[in-house]
Amino acid sequence: MQIDKDLVAASATPLVLAILAEGESYGYAIMKRVRELSDGELDWTDGMLYPLLHRLHRLGYVTRDWRRSPEGRRRRYYAITDEGKAALVDHRRQWLTVAHALGDIWGGADLLPFALGRS
Amino acid sequence: MKVDHLEAEIAEWRAFVGQDTAVEERDLEELEAHLRDQVADLESAGLACDEAFLVAVKRLGSLDDLTREFALEHSGRLWRQLVVSAGIESESADRSWIEALLFAIGAAVAIQSARLAWEFLIDDSMWLGRNASLLVLPFLAGYFARRRRLTLSGVFLTGTPFVLAALAVNLFPFSGGSATELLVAAHLPVAMWFVVAYPYTGGDLRSHQRRMDFVRFTGEWFIYFVLLALGGGVLMGLTALILEPTGVVNVERVFEWVLPSGAAGAVVVAAWLVESKQRVVENMAPVLTTVFTPLFALMLAGASVVYATSGVGGVFDRELLGVFDALMVVVLGLVLYGMSARDSSAPAGWMDRIQLIAVSSALLLDVMVLGSMISRIGDLGFTPNRTAALGLNVLLLVSLGRTAWLSIRFSSNQAAFHRLERWQTAYLPVFAVWAGAVVIILPPFFGFS
Repeated sequence: MQIDKDLVAASATPLVLAILAEGESYGYAIMKRVRELSDGELDWTDGMLYPLLHRLHRLGYVTRDWRRSPEGRRRRYYAITDEGKAALVDHRRQWLTVAHALGDIWGGADLLPFALGRS
Repeated sequence: MKVDHLEAEIAEWRAFVGQDTAVEERDLEELEAHLRDQVADLESAGLACDEAFLVAVKRLGSLDDLTREFALEHSGRLWRQLVVSAGIESESADRSWIEALLFAIGAAVAIQSARLAWEFLIDDSMWLGRNASLLVLPFLAGYFARRRRLTLSGVFLTGTPFVLAALAVNLFPFSGGSATELLVAAHLPVAMWFVVAYPYTGGDLRSHQRRMDFVRFTGEWFIYFVLLALGGGVLMGLTALILEPTGVVNVERVFEWVLPSGAAGAVVVAAWLVESKQRVVENMAPVLTTVFTPLFALMLAGASVVYATSGVGGVFDRELLGVFDALMVVVLGLVLYGMSARDSSAPAGWMDRIQLIAVSSALLLDVMVLGSMISRIGDLGFTPNRTAALGLNVLLLVSLGRTAWLSIRFSSNQAAFHRLERWQTAYLPVFAVWAGAVVIILPPFFGFS
């Protein structure tokens, strides 16, 4: 299934924020987590992630610093801030609204809104 | 083999991506780390080293897309090369100077014909001074309208304020040499400069990033304009020294022609220089702000201490008030430009603290000026000058106060720099509206006195 480009772009911010809400992480690991969560359906070009992370940093949603990983690689770790968490709550509300609306009209109980509402 | 080979490939890749100014060294390092992780993962999945590298690079996305995304996010860097519109710009870049020259000549001709008309036909000593910005800035606006390929309705929207302002300043029955007339002459260029923001941003005035770009443009335009003025001054001085002794040419008459045309043309030429010789000024401007921000901070801190302790804070006289207003506008301009030229993702550094000192000292001075001004108004009532000065000071107080508060929060890591930036760009329209109000509303309100 090919997911529409606009939809991928729109979901990128809440997805990354939600992943960082699980704990701090770095670019490559975030990317892997995205693939894992979407069973490979959400396929970003990897390069897209970094400008997005920079934007989140500029907006004050995440902090970042360079550290060495346990394997000795230098990596830039990102962690979510309180502002980022607030933004995530807001995103979640918006997505729920959209999902509920779609769920109502499509009428299936097994649809996205259900899953989203419980998560 | 293979490690050396991989290192060579990565180095080559890095050099290639690094050519793009939108991707900086630190970002490159991050991308490289990503690439290495990916290669390692693919290799452990059984791919050969060079295959793994190819796949990893492909997954990063096409270089064009990648740098475009970076450029869009970092419009401060984007600014350097306008990567996004590079396709359109580069083909016309060679001939862009012709376009600029035409608009510059247009401005020069407009101001010159107005000067001649004024000299021989118009019996109003202030007429040219009042209208100067209306003769020159439309050409600058037109230049940007063309460069940004504004739609017809966009062009119409750009033109309307100029027409309205021209009607106002020429139909208002000012009494000769009145205060309102001087105020209009001082505020109109500012108001019209804000109008230029519309075509400059390509009609996208809502975007805070585009607004910040306009602030940056303003600072860099100013630097280029001053440089052109200095060069022109030297040229004219030497011309005078050489031609004067011959007695054949009346040097003063020559200057009457050259000076206004040169200044008007320089307005457009400076804008063209900012647009096309971006790298030059970009190297220079941060140096200038780094040098002058501390000096201004020192001067302001000294002045506020002197005024606060020596107790003369209450007796500012009229000229001094004007000087203080000018000083605070300069400080705000310096702070604004400093922010626009700053990498907004960098953490708070010593420059931010020095800026905070400058802003808080200016704030202190502004409070003293306001106090003195209010007591003066209490004693003597409102006049056009006092109203304009009071308005400006209140606007500055709000702007500086909030800037200082956000700077403190930023320096102590409680707020992102973005908040500070956002406040500045959100507040800009207030200044624009105020300048417009002084031009349009103030004179009738005070009966053109």
